[in-house]
Order: sequence, then C-alpha cells, then structure tokens
Amino acid sequence: MKRKLVVIGNGMVGHRFAEKIVEFGGTEKFEVTILGEEPRRAYDRVHLSEYFTNRSVDSLYLSGSDWYRTNGIRLLLSQPAISLDTVSRKIVTSAGTELEFDELVFATGSSPFIPSFEGLDKEGVFVYRTIEDLEKMMSYAKGISKVAVLGGGLLGLEAAKAVLDMGKESHVVEFASRLMPRQLDEAASAILKSKIESLGVRIHLQKETKRALGESSFQGLEFVDGSILDVDMLVISAGIRPRDELAKNFGIEVGPRGGIQVDDELRTNVYGVYAIGEVALHKNMIYGLVAPGYEMAEVLAYNLCSPGKSKQYLGSDLSTKLKLIGVDVASFGDALGQEEHLPIAYTNPRTGVYKKLVLSPDGKKLRGGILVGDADAYSNLLTLYLNNVDLPSEPERLIVGSPSEENSALGSLPDDAKICSCNNVSKGDLLNAIRSGACSDLGGLKDCTKAGTGCGGCVPQMNSLLKEELRAQGKVVTEHVCEHFKYSRQELFQIAKVKGIKTFDEMVRSHGMGNGCEVCKPAVASILASIYNEPIQKHREIQDTNDKYLANIQRGGTYSVVPRIPGGEITPEKLIVIGQIAKKYELYCKITGGQRIDLLGAKMDQLPDIWRDLVEEGFESGHAYGKAMRTVKSCVGSTWCRYGVQDSTAFAIRIEERYRGIRAPHKLKSAVSGCIRECAEARGKDFGIIATEKGWNLYVGGNGGVNPKHAVLLAADLDEETCVKYMDRFIMFYVRTADKLTRTSAWLEQLEGGIDYLKDVIINDRLGINKDLEAEMESLVGSYVCEWKDVIEDPEKQKKYKHFINSGDTDPTVLFINERGQKRPVDWPKKEAVVN
Amino acid sequence: MNSIAKEPVWIPVAPVSEFPEEGGACAKVNGTQIAVFRFSSRNEWFACDNKCPHTGDMVLSRGMIGDSKGEPKVACPMHKKSFSLRTGECISGEEYSIKTYPVHIEDGTVYIGIEKP
Repeated sequence: MKRKLVVIGNGMVGHRFAEKIVEFGGTEKFEVTILGEEPRRAYDRVHLSEYFTNRSVDSLYLSGSDWYRTNGIRLLLSQPAISLDTVSRKIVTSAGTELEFDELVFATGSSPFIPSFEGLDKEGVFVYRTIEDLEKMMSYAKGISKVAVLGGGLLGLEAAKAVLDMGKESHVVEFASRLMPRQLDEAASAILKSKIESLGVRIHLQKETKRALGESSFQGLEFVDGSILDVDMLVISAGIRPRDELAKNFGIEVGPRGGIQVDDELRTNVYGVYAIGEVALHKNMIYGLVAPGYEMAEVLAYNLCSPGKSKQYLGSDLSTKLKLIGVDVASFGDALGQEEHLPIAYTNPRTGVYKKLVLSPDGKKLRGGILVGDADAYSNLLTLYLNNVDLPSEPERLIVGSPSEENSALGSLPDDAKICSCNNVSKGDLLNAIRSGACSDLGGLKDCTKAGTGCGGCVPQMNSLLKEELRAQGKVVTEHVCEHFKYSRQELFQIAKVKGIKTFDEMVRSHGMGNGCEVCKPAVASILASIYNEPIQKHREIQDTNDKYLANIQRGGTYSVVPRIPGGEITPEKLIVIGQIAKKYELYCKITGGQRIDLLGAKMDQLPDIWRDLVEEGFESGHAYGKAMRTVKSCVGSTWCRYGVQDSTAFAIRIEERYRGIRAPHKLKSAVSGCIRECAEARGKDFGIIATEKGWNLYVGGNGGVNPKHAVLLAADLDEETCVKYMDRFIMFYVRTADKLTRTSAWLEQLEGGIDYLKDVIINDRLGINKDLEAEMESLVGSYVCEWKDVIEDPEKQKKYKHFINSGDTDPTVLFINERGQKRPVDWPKKEAVVN
Repeated sequence: MNSIAKEPVWIPVAPVSEFPEEGGACAKVNGTQIAVFRFSSRNEWFACDNKCPHTGDMVLSRGMIGDSKGEPKVACPMHKKSFSLRTGECISGEEYSIKTYPVHIEDGTVYIGIEKP
C-alpha cells in the first residue's frame, strides 16, 4: 500500500516540490494530495505584475491544466487545512474533508506583513500577493488617480510598476533611508531611485507612517514627521510573514519571530512533518525569494523518494539579479559589507550606473557586491565570489571598463532587425546560423547566410555579433586574420616589428600557411606600410585593388582620381588646372564629401598620364584609394568667419600635410572647425578638432558610414603643439592595435576601458609607450613620398597600367553615356548575371 | 592543370618575365580577354575569363590571387567574389562561374590553350 503524502500549499514552492516528487519517482511510492488555499493552481507570483498588462493568468500558470491529474496527484483547491492532529496523523480542510497522512509538508508560504498603524480598515487599502488581490485593486482603481505603495523592497517596487502600468500616479513609501534596504547600500539606492523616478515613480524615503487618512475610504497617508501624502489608494507590500499559524496552533515548533523551525533535512520537531519555502525557518533565516524555496523543495523531495540516502539543505546564497522597472539590479554575497571589508565602488549618475565590490580586507577575495543600471558583470563576479577565487591584482578592472556600446546596441536589437540589407539577412538568421554550430568564423557565417557578401557594410556588425554569441556560448573567440594566419592583426603587427619581417612572403612562410588571400594580403600590406612606410607599389600584388592602382576602381572597371587639396583650400589657378586636365581626359567631375574634387571615368592605361599632368601642376595623390589618412576638412575659421575663434583652415592644412599617406587598419578622416558651431563636422571624423577661446578640443572615434557616431572628447583647450602630439599618439596607438578594417569608432568601443582608458594611455602614458608612438609617427611623417610621383618617374612601374600585356589597345568594352553634360559609365546589366 | 576536351590550340601571349609574380595580367587572345595569373608561390600558372560574371566588367586580371583551403582562387576586385582558378566555380556561393583555360610555358614564353575555332 502506498504511503500518504500531504502537501499544504500550492504556491511556487509547493508546485516545484510536486514536480520533483514526480521526477524522482515518488508517485510510485506515495499517494500525493496537495491542498491549495487559492481557487487556482500554482502560478508564477514573481511575475505577478504582468497580470496588469495582459490580464491573463494563463501565461502565469506553472503547469498545464491536467498536469496534476496526469501524474496521479490529487489537487484540492480553495481548501486550506484548518486543523491538524499529529498523533492520529490527520488534517481537516475548510470543506470538512479529513485526510490521513504519513508524511506532511508545509509549503504554506507567507502573507504580506501589515504594519500597525491606524486606519488600515478603510476601503482602498490592499495587499499585493495573489491574483485575487490584483483583481480587487484593478476594480477599485478605476475611479482613482493616485496610488501609494507601502514598501520599497523588491515586491514593493514590483507593485509600483504594476500601478504605473495601470496608468496611475505611482508613489513608493519606504520606512528605511534607502530602497531595497536588504540588498542595496545608500549609493546604489540613490542611483536606482533616480532611475526609477525618471520613469515616473515618485519615491518617499525615511517615512514612518502615522495613520491612514479618510472617512470610510482611504484618502492619504500621514507620516510621523507631520507631512501628508495625498493619494486615493494604498497597496501594502512591506515584507512577508510566514504562514505558520496552523503549525503553531497544533504543536509544531516555530521561531520567536515566526517561521516553522526546520533542520538541515527540512524536518520539524514532529516526526514525518516538514516545511519548505517562505514558511520554513532554517538557521534563523526566512528566505523571501523563490530560489531558496526551490532548493528546499528539491532536497526534501529527494530525501522522501530515496530512503537511506539523504541530502542536506545548507542554506542559500541570497544573490539576485533582476530587472526592476526596467533597471538591472544585482546583489550578491555580503553586499552591504557587514563584515570587515575593503569596498571599491564606481558611480556614474549620468548613465545611472553603480557598481560596488566588497573585498576581503587584504583585497584578494570577493565577498559580495552590488550592480545597478548595468549588471553585465554579474555572472562573472558571482563565479569569483562563489568559488572564492583569488582576484586579479587590479580588482577594480572587474567593474570599470564598459563593454562595447555597439555590441550592447546590437544586443538590444530585436531578432527580426535587418543586419545585411543587400541579402535581407536578419539578426535572428545570423544567430540561428551561429547557434546551429554551422559557422564559427566570419567566413563560415558569410557562406551560411550570405550576409556581408553584398556591399560588405554590415561585416563589422556581423563580426561583433559572432564574437558576442560565441563568447556567450563560452567558446574561445578566435580573432585570426583568416585561414592563413592563426594570429590577430595586432599580433601580426608585433611579429613584423619584432622579427623585422618586410614582405608578405616572409610572413606567410614563417608565421602562416598556404598562399594567402584577399583578406590577409592587404592586412599584411597595411602592417608593412605602417612600420616601414616604403612606397606601397613595392608590394603591389598584396595591396587591395585601389591601393594597387593608386586610384579607386569604379563601375566598368574605370578609375577615379582625387588629387590632394589640403584643408579644402585651393587657388583659382589650381581650380583651372584641374578643369583643364579633366577636359583633356574627358573626366567626369564631382566635389567630394571631403572638400576635394573627384575626377572619374579614367581608363587604367590613362592613369599615369593624368597623374603626370597633375604632379607637374603641383598636385599630389590624395590617397582617396587607401586604407590611409584621407582628408582634413575645415571651415574658413577666424580668417573670414565673424564667429571663428581660431584659424581652422591653417590648422587643417598643417594636419593634412603631416599625416598624408599614412596607412592604417582602415581609412582615417579628420576635420577642424573654427568654433563651436562646428561647420566642418569634426565630430563625425576619426579625429576632429574644434576651436575654443583657449585653444583646441580634440575629439576621437567618430565616423559617418553604416553606424554614424559622434567622436568623443579626448582632451580640451589644447595648444596646437600638444594637440598634434596627442594626435600622433592616438593615430599610432590605433594603427598598432586595431583589428583589420576596423574604424576608430569600433576600435574605441572594443577597447577595454573605453575613452577613459584611452585618455590614460594618450595623456598620462599609462602604458609607457608614448615616446615610441611619437618616434614611429615622426618616422612615417619623414618618409612620405607621393605615390603617383613614384610611378610616373619609373617606366617599369607604368607598364603595369596597360590593359593588355600583349597589345597597346585599351579596353574596348568600357562604354559611357552622357548625363547632365558629362559622361558616365553605362549601367550594369540588371540582376541577371552576364553569361558569356 | 586545366583541361579542354579537344586538343587546344596554343597561342603565345608574352614572355614570362613580363608577368608580375604572384599576380595577374590580361591577354588578348583571338579577340577574347583572358586573365593570366603567375602563381609563383605554387609554381603554377592559371588562366580564366577576364570578365566578371557578376558585373560584366573586364577586371578579373586585376584581382588578388590566393587560396581557400588549398584551392587556388582569384578574388574579383569589384566585390571580392572568389572563383576557383582550377574549375572556374564561384566559391563565394554564387551560381555563376567563369571559364578557365590551360596555360603552357615553353622557352620563356607563356601560351594559352584555346579550343580550335
């Protein structure tokens, strides 16, 4: 015959206990009966506030409607137990049903704690615990507009959110001087408070309530300090009281402040009677969280199902991470620092972030911590804490250094957000491809999804997504350049420098494999150019196509030519010359976004002649083709403009001439504005300078492009020389450390520690490399040659620009049409591939 | 090396020394534009259409050569579509492909094999 197991309570913990009994085969051994006080089966009380929005209990239920029946468990709802006989081992329910038991489990949970002040019997005062409570609140709230929640803990704030969702003015009243007093310290509370207040909830701290106002219905609260809060409804959520009354009345031992006393096997003082969840008092602790209750449920279910073996419940960690009214909050270990400790805290009121580490006095172990506003570090910190791991020598790094903005922006995109618009690939498509395990690198991801194979503009985003997702899966993220090198660009840079490698061939033989490809060859070419600054034609065959031909390939396989016009300043004579050359070669003219003139439609074999004409008239290459320093835009500044405060044109020319031709992981653009009106759009550049009354502000990490980004301030009010020095360091640091084809904005986002770290490196020489960076820049500046001049002075080099190796003909397939008075290439055939 | 069903006609194009090492050039062979690659690091020569089947532009000889898992390839300079230099198949997942031609070196001269007209 089966033994009789009765569970009193069908809340979250009671339900988990039933699940575990089923899982451990307990229904073979026990006839299980569960009593529930509420009219419905167990539901998710943690997410109760969602009921306000969707008004449906279905999504909150923890099991299907026939789960209990299918598993042979008898569930009696709306039937609380009202009496208990521990000698004859029977209980009686409110319906008069008598139930015998061999084993009895109390999972009665808790009820809201009701503070004792007068006036709580009025209409309009509610507790926040069950769906019935919510329904009553909703129906009463119809006619009122202002609601106060008593209690600023977890549940109270949840309730305040619910009130907000009902469209009411929401107030939180807390007795203590801070929110979530058991989890947060003053500083964390202050940050959380301002965040929550910005969402429209008003917070009243340190308010001891004297009485509830009003005649028959609630009209407000009067506090001991004499102030009055004018509200029409009160929701009490000020803590919990264990539901131990039945146990206490029938001889089961309870603690002095409530809760059924249990030992490590969840046994009460009466044989065969147990308690789990919020009603259980274990080692003087009542746990008001669901996770410890679940742990207890599992331990007890296991012990009942496996006689002879027993597990022990040794208490729970109170670590929590949750989203409170849209704000991430996490707290773990000795968060409040009750033991002797060493605190490290980071507060940023601007972004609403607070992070605190509670360290052992010697700073070696993590004892606890608090995160508000940004809880990304939680799992990492919790691991360090739970495993009592020795901390790194600078533990503050665990909480400073913000993760990449772009990544988190990407993370918050919905799955149907389009990433690759050429091939219509969504974020979800990419994630599925990565999660299916089919692709673990960028090439694979491109093959699987086709994303990034069109214009390629989304490749950086694909890369971030891939890295993030692989990291989330705990996989090692390889930043290999491609299949030919098991190194990152930064590593290859160091290898080339340290070993003095000067050609691609040497590099691939000594540190790579295979023959290379269109990814690693240009990457190595860029590295060699950044270290040695030899004319890039020396390594012609490993250059990306535009660098190879010192011009930009355009439709039809023609090229465009952009001579340098530093700062956008040009004489009428030079303008005329450009016009004459354009006319001579029938080139289409267009003013570029970088204040220069683009001459388009040159056939490959015309390039050396065009360059010769330009160079003879005093022009030089503008490097519009290179992953290199491009242009420095400027406004007319104080020389002409009635608002200008500095000579921005002169400074822009100086900068452009200093950095011209410098090769970098990606193109580099700059601008100088003569006043705060910012007409040169300097903050949209990799490095931009804006004049102030006192000097120059230097901004870094901006760009237009796929993800426009404003540059951020690196240093303010600099004199010209210091500004140049900082730019030297910034550019070289970027050139040395950025991944291939990474603009400064993405690089800066991925840089551990972000702009603060960068400032420390550039301004305070944190890494002790500034002398080297400056020397490297001096050597690049000093070894500049015009790449066009290099070709037109060498007949051998010019041969490479013939269209045919065995004929002097030009390409007869290039066709132009006329448009608005100029020529342009014919359109590409639509969609369908050209078949021979 | 590339094969052609019928015995090809070998057309001389230019001396070996005129081709850039590890790079390509375009040859005009009976009016057709053919890209020829001197893949020195593999000690091999390859030839294929100069026309990119994606855009129709005559640019493949200006592409960068390399390998993908050992397969010799050329990446088009326009959009980096890669084609096998052995089979002409597009290895960046597109349907289209290019035609390849056999290359033969004799007495320092590069010959391209084309089908008999």
